[in-house]
Amino acid sequence: MTTVPFDPAFDRPPEDASTPGEHTIPADNYLSNGHSISSWLLTVDHKRIGILYLISITFFFAIGGLAATLMRLELATPKADMFEPDNYNKLFTAHGVAMIFFFLVPSVPAVLGNFLLPIMIGARDLAFPRINLLSWYLYAIAGAMAIVVFAMGGVDTGWTFYTPYSSTFSNTNVVLAICAIFIAGFSSIFTGLNFIVTVHTMRAPGMTWFRMPLFVWSNYATALIMILGTPVLAIAMLLVLAERLAGIGIFDPRMGGDPVLFQHLFWFYSHPAVYIMILPGFGVISEVITAFSRKKVFGYSFIAFSSLAIALIGFLVWGHHMFITGISTYGGMVFSLLSFLIAVPTAIKIFNWIATMYKGSISLDTPMLYALAFIGLFLIGGLTGLFLAAMGMDIHLHDTYFVIAHFHYVMVGGMVTAYLAGIHFWWPKMTGRMYNDVWSKISAVLVFMGFNLTFFPQFLLGYLGMPRRYAAYPDEFQLLNVLSSAGASILAVGFALPLFYLVKSLWDGKVAGPNPWGAAGLEWQTTSPPPTFNFDETPIVTQEAYAYDDIRADKLGLPRPENKGHH
Amino acid sequence: MMSVLAQFEKIEPFRLFPKQASNFAPEMDALYFFLTAVSLFFTVLIFGLLIFFVIKYRRKHVDEYPEQLPTNMVLELTWTFIPLLIALVMFFWGAKLFVRMSNIPQNAMEIAVTGKQWMWNVQHPTGKREKNELHVPLGRPVKLRMTSEDVIHSFALPAFRAKHDVVPGRYTEMWFTPTEAGTYYLFCTEYCGTLHSGMVGRLVVMGEQEYAAWLTNSVADEAPHLAGAKLFEQFSCITCHGQQAPTLANIYGTPRRVVRGGKTVEVFADEDYVRRAILNPQAELVEGYPPLMPTYQGILTEDQVNQLIAYVKSLNDTNSSRPEGRPVDAAPMPQGAIVPDPAAASGPRESVMHVDDGIVPFGSATTRPTTQP
Repeated sequence: MTTVPFDPAFDRPPEDASTPGEHTIPADNYLSNGHSISSWLLTVDHKRIGILYLISITFFFAIGGLAATLMRLELATPKADMFEPDNYNKLFTAHGVAMIFFFLVPSVPAVLGNFLLPIMIGARDLAFPRINLLSWYLYAIAGAMAIVVFAMGGVDTGWTFYTPYSSTFSNTNVVLAICAIFIAGFSSIFTGLNFIVTVHTMRAPGMTWFRMPLFVWSNYATALIMILGTPVLAIAMLLVLAERLAGIGIFDPRMGGDPVLFQHLFWFYSHPAVYIMILPGFGVISEVITAFSRKKVFGYSFIAFSSLAIALIGFLVWGHHMFITGISTYGGMVFSLLSFLIAVPTAIKIFNWIATMYKGSISLDTPMLYALAFIGLFLIGGLTGLFLAAMGMDIHLHDTYFVIAHFHYVMVGGMVTAYLAGIHFWWPKMTGRMYNDVWSKISAVLVFMGFNLTFFPQFLLGYLGMPRRYAAYPDEFQLLNVLSSAGASILAVGFALPLFYLVKSLWDGKVAGPNPWGAAGLEWQTTSPPPTFNFDETPIVTQEAYAYDDIRADKLGLPRPENKGHH
Repeated sequence: MMSVLAQFEKIEPFRLFPKQASNFAPEMDALYFFLTAVSLFFTVLIFGLLIFFVIKYRRKHVDEYPEQLPTNMVLELTWTFIPLLIALVMFFWGAKLFVRMSNIPQNAMEIAVTGKQWMWNVQHPTGKREKNELHVPLGRPVKLRMTSEDVIHSFALPAFRAKHDVVPGRYTEMWFTPTEAGTYYLFCTEYCGTLHSGMVGRLVVMGEQEYAAWLTNSVADEAPHLAGAKLFEQFSCITCHGQQAPTLANIYGTPRRVVRGGKTVEVFADEDYVRRAILNPQAELVEGYPPLMPTYQGILTEDQVNQLIAYVKSLNDTNSSRPEGRPVDAAPMPQGAIVPDPAAASGPRESVMHVDDGIVPFGSATTRPTTQP
């Protein structure tokens, strides 16, 4: 990368947000640069690949959402009256597989990270643009295989593929489903590899590690987990195949195997994968809270290091999924203690976000509404995680609806809400246009209310003992289940709305201009949509992240403060 | 004969908390309320701050950029260490309860449970069997020794706040002392295939006398150790054991020196060991014996294995010193053998039952309860 002389254009305050009407879409941008199908399918532009991911994961979100809707309809009555039990089992498997492997894992990293990470560090692209395209193709191939599996009658093992059920008992398309997940895993590994190399080697002049936005830090931590954890999932999946296809006894005790071994291998990936699914969300929320409070994020280095701490400790807590499988009590205690320790860096983040808002200038634009919803819902998700980390308590709650409620508060209330906050925050950057303000706020409120109505009753159901993955349940659980199903219908509307107003904005949305929110950050200093190589000239970074004090000084005509904080 | 069925309560009406029906339920609920109280406190605190800040610091005009504040290290450390302390309290409380729930008392009555797609088979010490139901007497510690014929299941008793996975290829254990008579749910909570949600049964807690009556209410099967003795003959185990193969008397509950993977190691002869020795004898050969025994994997059912284990346990000389428990490993094990033990009737060993309470010793071949107290 060549360094150009310092250009004051990249060190100027963001444009005034009060006169967006004056903006025009720049003639030369990454969207206008080729309109043919091949210009998309053969692109190596990280922004276009981000858009490809956006479209594909939206498709899988719709499939997973459809499965969830059908499940909630079935669960509105105690009897299994809509689906055969086998079909219900296939539904929750489809829901889990689509949502976890094809939506949540790629969501923020592959869409927003792909689009923003190079821009945020002043790079022209990711380090390996072709590998980036390959990773999308792997995702697409894996996704197509998953669709084939669903179309051929589905798979009934649950997204967790516990052995020996998956390896020797299930009569469904386990092999193809496992191949799909195996391939999707490589898509994730390539994305992680790309992010790590990019952050290490492609930062613009002056973009030191501690000037990087927290979104970059959190995606960097995520990338570490992706390349260290995903291979273990791939191995576990291959071993299931070996037992299923070749009869090599690994997990089935009838062949000398150990069924619990699979759970160790599976959760060695899948617990860190929870952090793959939530750390990038933390990054989004850090960006949104600071932008809509116009305050430098409170405790930058605490948040950055807590991301790394979570990524590391996250590898050592998998056993908390297995307290009641008969693992050793002392082993379980280590897992329990570490699970409590990982709660601390998470708590630090929440307090820091709140402190960022203190004495800020808070505006309740749609991204901020989603971010506030995130804090509230993720807080409840995190606190209820403490219940499950407490070994004794977990005995009663394990495999009940309490667990379902807990991880939906984290994954949906947390990650999906963060993803929507990010999409609404950066949509003007990605498309150059603003979406409908009223409808988007309605959607944020519907998601928050519908979500709570759907999942809060499930905590109560869980303590009552209602097991997960039940198509039919005892009569006295019905009231809470009806509340949950009613909430799900509100939630579905909340999730469907953005599809309409976001797509509509592409045609008639107000032109956004480079910086509609008046936010700091390199991505707001290039045009919307950005040019193909992000910046007309390589930026030279002279400011720390979130330099709202400089913007304030410029607005007030004062000299910029001396203290630049992090070096 | 008095009808014990008349005493069954109707299954619970709608409620927010399950009934407390075991010794663990009040402890579990106390921890639950503590965790809920802490969670409520932080939820109210954070939601309160969010709402307060959003109102108080709302943007007044579009060009407003507030004054920046420095990071406050004291504040950072405060909200690092307070959550850490609270987390540690939760950890210790949770671990303590877990240890209590995994330390099975010596005098617990042992009931065998076998999970199978999609039903529960239960066998009481007297040999009495039931399907998808578990009858237990009030006020006495009960230990369930569980295994699965096929996939992983999980035996969940919400009213007891007790649950444990049931894993094929090994025994897992759980215990409780029922404290409240009634009928409660028994669920399978580990997904096990097509009729997982149909693998639901009833847990019936009865007074000791009713339980004794229920046991005699119908013809019981043969006591497991007697059935085991027959199997021992039927499969000609008797031909080798004692000669080319080790004698089985007094091995249960003792350390055994075995060759595993070419190395001599000491293992503890518990139920899991006996089970492995039957199903996969070559993997752990007793030191000094030739590898003669064939595997019985796929030949014996879980029930039959269970009966053979009961038989081996019944061969223990009642006067021999009881083991002091497992030498290693954290998973707490009962100290010594547990009923059924036919020697209870003839030997001097202290019976865990209270004969003068009108309950006769279980597992005794000669004194099976025959009459109503």
